[in-house]
Amino acid sequence: MSTLREIRTPADPARGEQARPPRFTRKQINTAIWFAVLMASTAIVLYPLVWLLVSTFKDNSEFGQNQGLIPNDPTFDNYAKVFEGIAGVPMWRFFANSTVIAVAATFGTLLSSSMAAYAFARIRFRGVGIFFAAMIGTLLLPFHVVIIPQYIMFNNLGMIDTYWPLILPKFLATEAFFVFLMVQFMRGIPREMDEAARVDGAGHVRTFASIMLPLIQPALVTSAIFSFIWTWNDFLAPLMYITSPDKYPLPIALRLYNDQTSTSDYGATVTASFIALIPILLFFLVFQRFLVAGVATQGLKG
Amino acid sequence: MTSTVPRAAEATESLGEPQGSSKRSPRNETQRSRHWRENLAGYGFLTPWLIGFFGLTLIPMAYSLYLSFTSYNIFSPPEWIGFDNYARMFEDPVYVNSVKITAIYVLVGVPIKLAAALGVAMLLNYRDRGAGFFRSSFYAPSLIGASVSVAIVWRAMFSTDGPVDDTLSFFGLEIGGWVGNVALVLPMMILLAVWQFGAPMVIFLAGLKQVPRELYEAADMDGAGPIRKFKSITLPMLSAVVFFNLLLEIIGAFQVFSSAYIISNGSGGPAGMTNFYTVYLYKRAFTDGQMGYAAAMAWVLVIVVAILAFVLFRTSKMWVHYQGDSK
Repeated sequence: MSTLREIRTPADPARGEQARPPRFTRKQINTAIWFAVLMASTAIVLYPLVWLLVSTFKDNSEFGQNQGLIPNDPTFDNYAKVFEGIAGVPMWRFFANSTVIAVAATFGTLLSSSMAAYAFARIRFRGVGIFFAAMIGTLLLPFHVVIIPQYIMFNNLGMIDTYWPLILPKFLATEAFFVFLMVQFMRGIPREMDEAARVDGAGHVRTFASIMLPLIQPALVTSAIFSFIWTWNDFLAPLMYITSPDKYPLPIALRLYNDQTSTSDYGATVTASFIALIPILLFFLVFQRFLVAGVATQGLKG
Repeated sequence: MTSTVPRAAEATESLGEPQGSSKRSPRNETQRSRHWRENLAGYGFLTPWLIGFFGLTLIPMAYSLYLSFTSYNIFSPPEWIGFDNYARMFEDPVYVNSVKITAIYVLVGVPIKLAAALGVAMLLNYRDRGAGFFRSSFYAPSLIGASVSVAIVWRAMFSTDGPVDDTLSFFGLEIGGWVGNVALVLPMMILLAVWQFGAPMVIFLAGLKQVPRELYEAADMDGAGPIRKFKSITLPMLSAVVFFNLLLEIIGAFQVFSSAYIISNGSGGPAGMTNFYTVYLYKRAFTDGQMGYAAAMAWVLVIVVAILAFVLFRTSKMWVHYQGDSK
């Protein structure tokens, strides 16, 4: 890209005046090596994804024969097969299920996490310190310690094979990562901004809704993207709670393909895997700056 | 559920409002009512989190601690058996094996992943122009790495006659598929973890950007070589970020589940080599219906992670240098 062009432009024209002009300056050579090393690493890192994309166009018979990046006989058969679905459920249904769960979970996460973060960052009430420490504690807690009691609880509530166990916790700010992210962001906002509103007589609800929420928009966007992607990818919770195939989200549906792979249909498995990744890859392409910035701030201010 | 939460917050708010605005009361009274109002608002806003914290975390933790001392299969009531579950664990060869492979996975995988992350971050920090593209490319695997799709791809890539086998055969290494190979399946899982080095890399990169350039310039003048500069400037200045990444990655690595589950079709095989701690825990709880035993396993995990975090925090005082004031 732009780097390529720069390699050819002399960085240090003064050197060109010398008696024996070197063909390339040391800096240019370094940059070229830098670029080459990174290009090679990128190729290796992204290879599995490129391989996945290409493989969706391979005929079933090519698997195990042709592992290269060019299909012998490009075909859309895999897509046709995958759209038909599996276990009597069409593909769009899995897609829709995943979308419903991820959208609801994301909405719940944003709402509950921003409220909790506002309380932690801006309201001085008794016990705020203890609860904040508890929240940080849950950040590091291996959640496997709660899955069995939660399963028993949701079982007793008759919520097995519904989406409640997947969505309800998100409305209760159980993912401390997002609370923490928003607290950090709110702490970076000058107190004068919302204290002015408070002096003018706005209560906490008004201040939160009309001052704070607009100000933390970048944190909300980052949280929304992460929440969506994590819910979309989540495998353990639907594996535990969802039992009927027509309610399966994509990861569990993929398992149906995966378990059958041993017998035959490699092409369909790979294609379904790719289709499940499309929304995430699109999100990534559109929002990559937000994501990378979100990860970076979370690390540095922590 | 959705709507009750914000409404609860509003209710507390409107309760508090009239008291605060009553200006007739003496100053002391106003002060007290303001505290009262802040408490109400605080707990109002925190209500969803509080319900989640007590209802989905704290009480379940206590309940799972109780279950860990019982024999329980969800159909009949828990039966108190004392420390039996914990005692059985150490005699259970499958458990011991799962601890072993999880430990190898953490102890080998995390350092390699962090080394890759730091190495690439330093490479990216060399130059700003063009680095954004590479940064995003390297970050992508972190985002999708835990997905079922990637587990399926990984399995295909490392299967017999898969791309990896093909490439290695080309160089004369006829080792066949990694997936069914007892010796190679764990390295394959570690490679999958290392492949997701992008998230810690981004954090390292942000840390590197904050290291003052003057330090390197001063070192250059003193004639320090690249290794010396790395050891005396980069690492100490980055130690807080190293600590953060180390803590996060260790805790994350202990909890590896979906990729191992998918790659082994839920079996943890071959020969238990992908039967990671949480995979075995899940199988015990939900396949074998031994929830008491699984709860005991979960508590051992919590204790181990807590001890590790504690040790890390304690020893961090010796090697983590916080800048007095970073901004």
